[in-house]
Amino acid sequence: MSISLKNISKSYNKVNAVQNITFNVKQGELFGLIGPDGAGKTTLFRILTTLLIPSEGTASVAGFNVVNDYKSIRNNVGYMPGKFSLYQDLTVEENLDFFATIFGTTIEENYDLIKDIYIQIEPFKNRRAGKLSGGMKQKLALCCALIHKPKVLFLDEPTTGVDPVSRKEFWEMLKRLQQKGITILVSTPYMDEAELCDRIALIQDGKILEIDTPKAIVKHYPKPIYNVRANDMYQLLKSLNDYSHNHSVYPFGEFVHYTDSRSDFKPKELEQYLESKNLLDIIINKTAPTIEDTFMELAK
Amino acid sequence: MSNNKVIEVEGLTKMFGDFIAVNAITFNVEKGEIFGFLGANGAGKTTAMKMLIGISNPTSGAANVAGFDVFTNAEDIKKNIGYMSQKFALYDDLTVKENITFFGGIYGLSRKKIKEKSTILIEELGLQNVSNQLVGSLPLGWKQKIAFSVALLHNPKIVFLDEPTGGVDPITRRQFWEMIYKAANQGTTIFVTTHYMDEAEYCDRVSIMVNGKIEALNTPKKLKEQFKAKSMNDVFLKLARG
Amino acid sequence: MKRFIGFIKKEFYHIFRDKRSLFILFGMPIAQILLFGFAITNEINNVDIAVLDHSKDATTKEIINKISASKYFSIDQFIEKESDIKSVFKKGKVKAVLNFEKDFSKNLIKENHSNIQVITDATDPNTANTISNYVNAILQNYLREQNKNSTSAYQITPQSRMVFNPELKSVYMFVPGVMTIILMLVSAMMTSISITREKELGTMEILLVSPLKPLQVIIGKVFPYIFLSIINAVVIIILSLFIFKMPVQGSLFLLGLESVLFIITSLALGILISTISATQQTAMMISLMGLMLPVILLSGFIFPVTSMPLPLQIISNIIPAKWFIIIIKAIMLKGVGLQYIWKETLILLGMTVFFIGLSVKKYKIRLE
Repeated sequence: MSISLKNISKSYNKVNAVQNITFNVKQGELFGLIGPDGAGKTTLFRILTTLLIPSEGTASVAGFNVVNDYKSIRNNVGYMPGKFSLYQDLTVEENLDFFATIFGTTIEENYDLIKDIYIQIEPFKNRRAGKLSGGMKQKLALCCALIHKPKVLFLDEPTTGVDPVSRKEFWEMLKRLQQKGITILVSTPYMDEAELCDRIALIQDGKILEIDTPKAIVKHYPKPIYNVRANDMYQLLKSLNDYSHNHSVYPFGEFVHYTDSRSDFKPKELEQYLESKNLLDIIINKTAPTIEDTFMELAK
Repeated sequence: MSNNKVIEVEGLTKMFGDFIAVNAITFNVEKGEIFGFLGANGAGKTTAMKMLIGISNPTSGAANVAGFDVFTNAEDIKKNIGYMSQKFALYDDLTVKENITFFGGIYGLSRKKIKEKSTILIEELGLQNVSNQLVGSLPLGWKQKIAFSVALLHNPKIVFLDEPTGGVDPITRRQFWEMIYKAANQGTTIFVTTHYMDEAEYCDRVSIMVNGKIEALNTPKKLKEQFKAKSMNDVFLKLARG
Repeated sequence: MKRFIGFIKKEFYHIFRDKRSLFILFGMPIAQILLFGFAITNEINNVDIAVLDHSKDATTKEIINKISASKYFSIDQFIEKESDIKSVFKKGKVKAVLNFEKDFSKNLIKENHSNIQVITDATDPNTANTISNYVNAILQNYLREQNKNSTSAYQITPQSRMVFNPELKSVYMFVPGVMTIILMLVSAMMTSISITREKELGTMEILLVSPLKPLQVIIGKVFPYIFLSIINAVVIIILSLFIFKMPVQGSLFLLGLESVLFIITSLALGILISTISATQQTAMMISLMGLMLPVILLSGFIFPVTSMPLPLQIISNIIPAKWFIIIIKAIMLKGVGLQYIWKETLILLGMTVFFIGLSVKKYKIRLE
């Protein structure tokens, strides 16, 4: 096991940030922690990177205990905290050079590992990090976290606030790093990124809702989901929320994802109800649940 | 132009030195519309939004917001719009009630009116138990919902929302959008930026900015047809990747 | 070692790219010294003086001529009796009165010694002091000329008396004070700000999750400022030599060593501040309120410690700056060696060891 947590809890001033968290990440796995802000993702990252001592439980990273062997862990992991944490007043190259030096290596020594990413920002290597765009900063931060060839890479919300294009590129980079044998633990509030991970843990309010592969998690969804659409979104939502048999009603892109509380649900019945509410162009289709559906169902 | 247009923008441009941050953008937004304003990081969204809410002077072009010119009547614009951003929404070190009173006050609402409105607001959001708690102690999603309600306090014609749902959990995010639908249904125009592409689908119309220019503007459905894409995410990727 | 050098290189990048810290580092010492230098200028020109000559003999006449011939003084009036002195000063034009004793010439020849009183208006203490010194210089010049042609050595003893502000302190006292303030400011405030900046930016998290040892981080942060503070101390001493024309009486080497000791004390305080503050702003406030104010008010820099109420006198003992000011005053002005200031040095050393110990102990290897 590359990362292993057993019954980890952490509380600050009597508030439980995370409670009784147990999971394992295999060598070379891309593992996602999926949950909103305040779910406790950052606390878990800080425990695993030896920045915080857990209140209860034990955890190890790359075979080292997070409390006792913190020095060994610090030599073997790469960490990209949630906040943009590079030196804004140093240039791209100076930042990278600095992190290489403090880890006792050089850019040349591990250039292979970062080459794919670095060549994208190399044209700006003399620009100060503070003047880079969001996507480029993120690439530089990743290079800095990788420069000492870590065994395990911790990425805390690397894609938050980043546009979809840069996000997509970033995930492609992660996939390539994974192929080089690096274990990656990544957190994200974007549910659509979950399916890019090998396995995910859904986390909310400091507790794990479920851990599995994205496919399996979706399969566990207990009810059939229907895409519902009509000419007026606001009226549609209102009518569905008023419908006495509804189990869940969530807007999902151009549709509303609807589940019914009855086991013998007939779409026709719902259609008639919606028509009675003066809605037009009604479409009701069965659809496949997504990670987000599962998350909401579990978090309900 | 018809009276229904609450935002009219023509050839609006902003330059910083030689750099063209916003390059002659032109669009209109109608009353009660939910207008999605998308773009990659650094495409010029924030700069454009700052010009529309009257806190940044355009270099050239014309824009009329809520019936007022951005060049000459910026102060009147500010009175007629609401604004909320991801970075700053409410004061963390004030309680929910104090925040409402403060923001009501700066928009010139009377004491009585503020009291009335804050009671309704607290009730609608189910905040009775936390109304005297510091905002900083509340979950992000709640904060954002309160912030949105506060932005609506003075019945603005338009509300500008800058990435209002970043990092918010999926359920609260949807409750937030239901609030947006409701406000729009009551005639308030919503101007919103987001990085969640599923949220782009909730908008009546969407514009996508690339390198300072608006490269696409239509309903989500028509945009998907136009770009032969399955989702808004694909549309965005096709456009922004060039 | 390579890590450490890399770290220090980065610190220097920060310092030289941040205009604010560059200004504090180099602008402030120069500005302060120039400010004091300008305020305490010792150039005088055509100062009006009055003469009360009880002898009216050849020697007094000669001396008066010499004084009025110099470009520094012009004789405004002659007065006849002691009681006129006060009224002359009250009019404000005359800044000094020369009072020759009776039988000035006779005494000089008979006893080789006579007295002159230089009374100055000390409402402007700096000018008063300077006038005294100038009159003195002219008198000594005169005596040298006289003694050349004679076998006996004449002596004239000028007695300086200042009216309105008899407790005049030497202007030179400001140099030790300014030096103390600047070393404190640069060392304590700048280090605490530079450490908290890393916390604020989140880079501290990365540094912690790296093989760098906490001690390496601290020393790496502090080292550039030791270097810069020493440069500052040198700049201050050089400037004061030229602008204040202030001689350093004692050993420059000892002065340097004591300064380095005080710099280390201040740096340790800076690290301590950074361990208790989360933002640059807090660090700045604590440095200003917690360090600068006591240094200015309680160290004896401006207000003499001996004239403070007892509780404040006791409190002043825990302020490192107080001891440093005593030490450098002694070296610069009295020219004494370590045998006279070993006690103060020992106290400062003790404080330094204590602060370093405390800050290393308080420095967190984790986030909480």
